[in-house]
Amino acid sequence: MSELQTLVGKPWKKPPFVQRTWLRWALLIGFVVYLLAAFMTIEVNWARVYEGLERGKQFVLAFTSPDFTSRSGDIWEGMIESIIMTVASSVVGIAISIPIALGAARNIAPLPVYLICRSIIAVSRALQEIIVAILLVAIFGFGPLAGFLTLSFATIGFLSKLLAEDIESMDRVQAEAIRASGAKWTQWINYGVQPQVMPRLIGLSIYRLDINFRESAILGLVGAGGIGATLNTAFDRYEYDTAAAILLMIILIVMALEYLSGIIRERVQ
Amino acid sequence: MPVQDLKGRPVWQRRSGSESLAHWVMWLIGVAIFAYCWQQISAATTWFFVWDAPRIADDIWSRATPPRWEYITQLGKPIWDTINIATLGTIIALILAVPVAFLAARNTTPSRFIIRPVALLIIVSTRSINSLIWALLLIAIIGPGVFAGVIAIAIRSIGFCAKLLYEAIEEINETQVEAITATGASRWQVMAYGIVPQILPAFAGIAVFRWDINIRESTVLGLVGAGGIGLQLSSSLNVLAWPQVSLILLVILAAVVISEWVSAKVRGAII
Repeated sequence: MSELQTLVGKPWKKPPFVQRTWLRWALLIGFVVYLLAAFMTIEVNWARVYEGLERGKQFVLAFTSPDFTSRSGDIWEGMIESIIMTVASSVVGIAISIPIALGAARNIAPLPVYLICRSIIAVSRALQEIIVAILLVAIFGFGPLAGFLTLSFATIGFLSKLLAEDIESMDRVQAEAIRASGAKWTQWINYGVQPQVMPRLIGLSIYRLDINFRESAILGLVGAGGIGATLNTAFDRYEYDTAAAILLMIILIVMALEYLSGIIRERVQ
Repeated sequence: MPVQDLKGRPVWQRRSGSESLAHWVMWLIGVAIFAYCWQQISAATTWFFVWDAPRIADDIWSRATPPRWEYITQLGKPIWDTINIATLGTIIALILAVPVAFLAARNTTPSRFIIRPVALLIIVSTRSINSLIWALLLIAIIGPGVFAGVIAIAIRSIGFCAKLLYEAIEEINETQVEAITATGASRWQVMAYGIVPQILPAFAGIAVFRWDINIRESTVLGLVGAGGIGLQLSSSLNVLAWPQVSLILLVILAAVVISEWVSAKVRGAII
């Protein structure tokens, strides 16, 4: 009763997001101090930025009149190379990541296999595409092969991890029923596990295809093939209309892939 | 149920005849596409270099080890810049992503046919272009440096944050909003007391998640001249100073692992 009495008459206040008072203030003050320190150390050449605004305007205007024709040969070649790298690396990456995902699922694999597969995934996820691409270009030389290997490697980490999580959360009962019918290990995987994770696998594969295409657009910056080299050249030569054309094509393809993946995922689930 | 007659005994089959034929044709087309792609890649490859690769890899490895540890004294400022690029970029992106997300969510958008498509277009176009490309573009426009990196990361993150945020907004519990509306609250009060408290955990999670990704991305932005540790990486690569390269790669790896650990901890605490 007394608790209510003290509350009556006081206006309601929103409960804070962080409950402990000292922690809230410490976070806030630390954040402000950090922001100040960060702003102090960033050197912005405002004169240069102001000068650049004109070029920025030109670039935005270039989007209204993209130039697909004058470098059409280069754009076409780069796009085809990007798409080829995307498709090939997705296929190889998915093919390799399925066994690794099976090995990285604790309810299927024995402990040693599990640890090996998990460490492969960890390495693949920790290394960035562009750094892997630099090393592979140094080793295998310029060209789409380096890009293909990079994207395949990156696909393994992404797909195996998510697929392994899906396998780990599958329904045990169905798999057990298949096993009880006297199935071999391969049959058990094929009829007990695979139908359960197939929708997720298809969805993830298409999503990864989408990511691989986006990534393939930058691999050209370090010489690993694809549209990136053409785009870089266009920027360096201040040919904004060509650059705008390439960017528009990338956006369109990504949108189309996203739309497609939405439809396919709806159908399989 | 498709059943095959095998020596007078019915045997269960997974697919009927036409189904398995369609399946087979699909696989054939898939394999053909892959073979074509592989042939194109192989035509563009100098195979001599590939056969030579193990020797080159061995050579690079012997040059890169051991890392030049004393070089780490020069990496303090680049790492600080990298963290700043990621953090400031994330903050700017979040500030810009919140209004975009509210405009894109079906239940809060002021106009479903004009403003929502525009917001969705912003989300798709910022998301589909990699931050390195944004950095290239911004360097051409506002000159090289940390500032270009911050803006590149910010633009790239808008789409990502806004997409996750508008999905969170669409999934809110409508009854709470209705309750606030019933008290006679204005449109802004409904937003502040009905919607925002519901999406705040999601918002914090998205912010930390994106910050983690941004740390990864900002480590390589320097390759195109947008500041951070990538600048040191590209200059070391250009002079073939492999011991420095290996040290920088180790530092980047450490940064990525630490940021992932921090983000996992914070998200675990929030959710």
